[in-house]
Amino acid sequence: MKSSQTSDPQLSNVTVGGASRPPRLNFGHWLGVIPFFVFSGLFLIAPTLILAYRSLEGANGGLTLENYQQLVSDTVISAYAMSIKISLTTAILGGLIGFLIAWVVSMGGLPPRFRLITTTFSGVAANFAGVPLASAYVFTLGRVGLVTALFKMFGVELYKNGFSLYSFLGLILVYLYFQIPLMVLTILPALDGLKREWREAAENLGATPVQYWSRVAFPVLMPSILGTMILLFGNSFGAHATAYALTGGLFNLATLLIGQQISGDVLHNPGLGYAVAMGMVIIMAFSILIYSILQRRSERWLK
Amino acid sequence: MMPSPVSTAVAVKPSATRKRLGSWLIFSAVSLYFLIPLGATFYWSLRGQKDVLGFEAYRKLFADTNFLPAFSESIVNAVATIFISLLIVVPTAYWVTLRLPKLRPVVEFITLLPFVIPGIVLVFGIIRLYSRPPLLLTATYDSSRILLICVYVALSFPYMFRSVDNGLRAIDVRTLTEAAQSLGANWTTILFKVIFPNLRVALLSGALLTFAIVIGELTIALYMAQHTLGPYMANLTRSKVYEPSAMAIVAFAITWAAMGIIDFVGRGSSKHLQMADTE
Repeated sequence: MKSSQTSDPQLSNVTVGGASRPPRLNFGHWLGVIPFFVFSGLFLIAPTLILAYRSLEGANGGLTLENYQQLVSDTVISAYAMSIKISLTTAILGGLIGFLIAWVVSMGGLPPRFRLITTTFSGVAANFAGVPLASAYVFTLGRVGLVTALFKMFGVELYKNGFSLYSFLGLILVYLYFQIPLMVLTILPALDGLKREWREAAENLGATPVQYWSRVAFPVLMPSILGTMILLFGNSFGAHATAYALTGGLFNLATLLIGQQISGDVLHNPGLGYAVAMGMVIIMAFSILIYSILQRRSERWLK
Repeated sequence: MMPSPVSTAVAVKPSATRKRLGSWLIFSAVSLYFLIPLGATFYWSLRGQKDVLGFEAYRKLFADTNFLPAFSESIVNAVATIFISLLIVVPTAYWVTLRLPKLRPVVEFITLLPFVIPGIVLVFGIIRLYSRPPLLLTATYDSSRILLICVYVALSFPYMFRSVDNGLRAIDVRTLTEAAQSLGANWTTILFKVIFPNLRVALLSGALLTFAIVIGELTIALYMAQHTLGPYMANLTRSKVYEPSAMAIVAFAITWAAMGIIDFVGRGSSKHLQMADTE
């Protein structure tokens, strides 16, 4: 009710300026946006709100925080810890490697064709997550994978030396396959935003390339780099399909724990399951919030 | 100390070659990381028949009685998602641009939600909300399927909205709308005969991106017990030896095709716009 009233003056403004319109416009004018809000409400917001509500519901009814207090149990803590460890590692590594690649194809002196190949491939690889990616890695670094076999030919038995695709290290290798491309795609526009004049001005003032990068380029790029790394963190933290396909859902990861909870009450406490899910939403919301703030900051310079 | 022009020219050259050499090294190393898994998978996919390299794994994959039904079901789901999403997002983006700019922050906030709510959490909530009365929608396979498509539609909003919004920014919506109105067009005519055709490229990219995401989606389909491509592929990796490699290559080819068309069409249109600018 309130929102329709506040937008009324605006509507009349538009109507005065435009051609004459039938009076039913007021309704039609909201009709255009109603389906959007209905769909978002029914299939995004309401399902999340019901989890939020249930997570605050005590075993005997009534509102309580006791489900959240139980988040410190061993299973939950170790699942969260593993998710956070993997997400931090792949965000930092993916961010660094992605930045290097973006720099190499935009100003590293490679033929321009390579930039085009890189962006197209990044678009593909960033969307290649899930079962096919997991399979590809099984055929590469699984027990009978091609690279595993090659190492064996040279006398190195990867799986007897502590390596496993189905471990922390394995998941890192797999996740980087979609993390690096996402970094490349998000950071390239920021690199393009560095103005040639800044470099020329720095050089005219006698700056070395190192000084230019440390005093001019990096400070300007820093919000974008940090922001994108946080985006990568969230991207990995919420990832379920790839880890599920790789480990059959049996690895101790927050998303996989929720999956097990959906299939059966593995935590032996439905309320705790809702709290685990909401904990993820809170962490994700926090990272997306920081990302948008940093993104806005970077727009100050890189427009 | 100001270096003399000669010495800078001499000093710049080797460092530029060194830089280019470094670039090549980095690019090659990272390329290997990305190409080796694809190469290894392709190699395995050719080994479906003992001692012969050939396409036996692909033949077996396509001959699997569960493959084509799952594949076609996913295609139908993806197309339905795209269609519904377009019908919802185009008017929304259009109205927000032209009529209700105050709603823009709200709409943009909502389009961030799919990134905030992980798929696994969303499907958890969906099951809890729609698996008991009064909102019982998971009772039959078909009603679950409709529910799944609706969830996909909501998840496609960020990609669709961004594509359409970029497309609307590139054309002068207000002038086009006023011109159409002064010629007596009504809102449906404006939307379908003026706005949609001018947004072809934007709509196509949003649609293909949605397609690439929906076609092999696993998490939500899995917990809603749908027989689509994602759960099929996950099952295949556990039950067969060579077919999963063929499957991964097919999936990669589909993603590549979708992204390739977006790039190709996008480049064509930006060239077109640049030409229009210089005229």
